[in-house]
Amino acid sequence: MERTEAELIAAVLKGDAASFEPLIERYSPRVFATARRYARRESEIEDIVQEVWLKAYQKLKSFRGEAPFEHWLMRLAVRTCYDFLRSHQRNRESAFSDLSEPEDDWLERFIHQPGAAREDAEAARQLVQRVLQHLSPPARLVITLLEIEDRSVKEISKLTGWSVPLVKVRAFRARAEMRKILAKITKEKYL
Amino acid sequence: MKLVELEKKLLAVARANPPSDHVPPTFEKRVMALISARPVHDLWAAWAKALWYAAAPCVAVMLLFSAWAFYQSSQQSQTPSIDLAQQLDNTLLAAVDQGSE
Repeated sequence: MERTEAELIAAVLKGDAASFEPLIERYSPRVFATARRYARRESEIEDIVQEVWLKAYQKLKSFRGEAPFEHWLMRLAVRTCYDFLRSHQRNRESAFSDLSEPEDDWLERFIHQPGAAREDAEAARQLVQRVLQHLSPPARLVITLLEIEDRSVKEISKLTGWSVPLVKVRAFRARAEMRKILAKITKEKYL
Repeated sequence: MKLVELEKKLLAVARANPPSDHVPPTFEKRVMALISARPVHDLWAAWAKALWYAAAPCVAVMLLFSAWAFYQSSQQSQTPSIDLAQQLDNTLLAAVDQGSE
């Protein structure tokens, strides 16, 4: 019979470390999906997820069971991803001159005929990644959570530990930052 | 310039293509191996361990001092012994003795 989440957590807290494994199996897909929003290389993604689980194990005593374990774990995951973005912010690319040919084509198609630029095109996906990589860590986090994952300001506040007004301010700045980047792309390419 | 439209389009692209949730095979085993390899951060255990490490040098110092004290006392036993209480009396009452003289 499969043990419940609460039973597994209680067993880990009593010293049975092996009971942590089913929790890793159950929630790793969600943590991997979250990490893949912020990192590109598989090795980096695995490092982030590994770090999340090690932190979860060490801090399990602080899980009070008032909210679902998944929420608590996702808070850890988002904060670990944010730390990753901050530690890698020097790697942000500086120019758009190295856009690939398909990305260039997609952008050109969009500028001349917005409806013809398909959303499922690989070039569009790569272009989004490129734009997100140029954002500062707080801007990238808030754009991902608010605009892409469609979360509320209150939810973002809980996930990040930022106050609600701070989330709003950072969202405003993030949109401005994103438009600046888009203006730069279009200016570099088409003006 | 269609910046706002481009922004909306790119965000729609990102929403339409959620990242994969694939987990590499045996990932949970790797994490479990790391967990069991990592020392548990227990302050009391660390304190007890430090005390055990400190015990050996303390015993060594104690043995050295014991040997030295034994050596000193055996040296003193060969010379005429002076009563410690008498010495203390003389020191404390030196001022009184000088005053009476």
